[in-house]
Amino acid sequence: MLRYSLKRLLSLLVSLAVASLVIFFVVEVAPGDPASFMLGVNAQPDTLAALRAELGLDLPKWQRYLAWVGGMLTGDFGTSYTYRTPVAQMIADRLWVSLPLALYALTLSTLIAFPAGIYAAARRGKPGDMAVMGATQLGVALPNFWFAMMMVLVFAINLRWFSAGGFAGWQDGLLPGLKSLTLPAISLALPQAAILARVMRSALLDILGEDFMRTARAKGLTRRQALWRHGVRNALIPVLTIIGLQFSFLLAGAIIIEQVFYLPGLGRLVFRAISSRDLIVVESVVMLLVFAVIVVNFAVDLAYAAVDPRLRTRT
Amino acid sequence: MSGARRNLVLGGALSALVVLAALVSFVWTPYDHTALDIPGKLQPPGPEHWLGTDHFGRDMLSMIMVGARTSIAVALVAVGIGITLGVPLGLAAAALKGSWLDEVIMRGNDLIFAFPSLVIAILITAVFGAGAVNAIIAIGIFNIPVFARITRGAALSLWQREFILAARVSGKSAARISAEHILPNVANLLIVQGTIQFSLGILAEAGLSYVGLGAQPPTPSWGRMLADAQTMVSIAPHLALVPGIAIVLTVLGLNLMGDGLRDWLDPRLRVART
Repeated sequence: MLRYSLKRLLSLLVSLAVASLVIFFVVEVAPGDPASFMLGVNAQPDTLAALRAELGLDLPKWQRYLAWVGGMLTGDFGTSYTYRTPVAQMIADRLWVSLPLALYALTLSTLIAFPAGIYAAARRGKPGDMAVMGATQLGVALPNFWFAMMMVLVFAINLRWFSAGGFAGWQDGLLPGLKSLTLPAISLALPQAAILARVMRSALLDILGEDFMRTARAKGLTRRQALWRHGVRNALIPVLTIIGLQFSFLLAGAIIIEQVFYLPGLGRLVFRAISSRDLIVVESVVMLLVFAVIVVNFAVDLAYAAVDPRLRTRT
Repeated sequence: MSGARRNLVLGGALSALVVLAALVSFVWTPYDHTALDIPGKLQPPGPEHWLGTDHFGRDMLSMIMVGARTSIAVALVAVGIGITLGVPLGLAAAALKGSWLDEVIMRGNDLIFAFPSLVIAILITAVFGAGAVNAIIAIGIFNIPVFARITRGAALSLWQREFILAARVSGKSAARISAEHILPNVANLLIVQGTIQFSLGILAEAGLSYVGLGAQPPTPSWGRMLADAQTMVSIAPHLALVPGIAIVLTVLGLNLMGDGLRDWLDPRLRVART
């Protein structure tokens, strides 16, 4: 297990290093100098040079890359070109919206998908299964941002149960904050739940055909007992992978959903940064998202290997 | 009719309808999709405008038809990028299993998977600006590892088969075996995956256009129609309903067709359908 963990850790570090190189150099190709963008077309050459020096834009690329990566390792993401505030602070403020939103959506999606998938698998081929499968087929086809607009139309505009957008903040306690994230979280969660329910169902169906399930029944367990004690636990392995993968889609999906609900999260930060050529913010947010995805998948791999020793030998 | 046949027929019909609408829009639309008619704005669906008019009085049906072109073109080219680059990579990785090239290809794949297509799109837009071409690249890059992985997986098991051994004994090179024996045997799988990636491409294109990173005006796109509808959804819900339903039906049709094709092309799967 230790050898496997070290090997995976090494590949995690390599992936992070390559990802940071790709992000930095792709963004560095960008036409348009942030300093001249900030000062406008009438800037004096000496002012421009001074600002470039202040922002560190006059240094060679590889030095700036090392400074950027070195800074991130110590929690210093640099200073935003346009707002002149530390990028780390800007990201931290937005994370208080985006991260709870992604986790809220992940929880909802799991809570919906598990029962639905188990129910469908247990009633394979019967009307209950067909209804769940039909619903998931529709769920997979829904663009989450459109579903979000429909939710606003029904629950915010017509029924007035929720506000149509904006974020109440966490300062008044957990509930107002959660309430303003509820519609966004449902919009993110339902399409993902449809995928997860299908995976849960097919994983369970694979397990139900296994010899140990027959043995469990032969021992005298009822169908339901065998399903819960042996089936669901074994089906969790493929389901966990998908949950790991989904986290990245939820974080990225949150960027679009934040636009629908005018939530002050990472998505709004990154779009504003793009339009004002605040490249250091774009780089840092993208790196953070990629970091989250790589680390979550690493954790999922380790979690499996802990559960199923056979997976440790696979590459 | 069996479930597989029903999926194939229903999915095929829905997809054909969308493709037909896109093709017809080249020669005919009920109205000019760019013609403004401010006095006739925000009309609900009716006999004159079947799907109503938008906030500039443009005919929604005409816009949907022309928008289908954008969606199909972006998704189709993105799938094309994935197949042209991903399939050879997957074939090479399988033929050279365990070599450093295989390792590099698979690690490269993992790396691309760490960048969800939206994140790639954000990066590309930050660098080159928003537009349909950049949307295609963003979605296409993400398709490469999908096709590489599925090709490698299927090819690996084929390499163990006796008819491949026979080909090797007869002196064919790994490249020739890959092209002449492996590729035709993974083609079915690629067709099915292609359909799925096509539908994901339609969804991704809509999402990118919605946040302004996709096709730019005046090119109509379903995602941007939704973005335009957002502020008016309370007074004219059809502005959001019409493009949304168009996206859902297209994606649903493609997914059903993919499921149906998979079952039809591989009868063994008919038993273990997911």
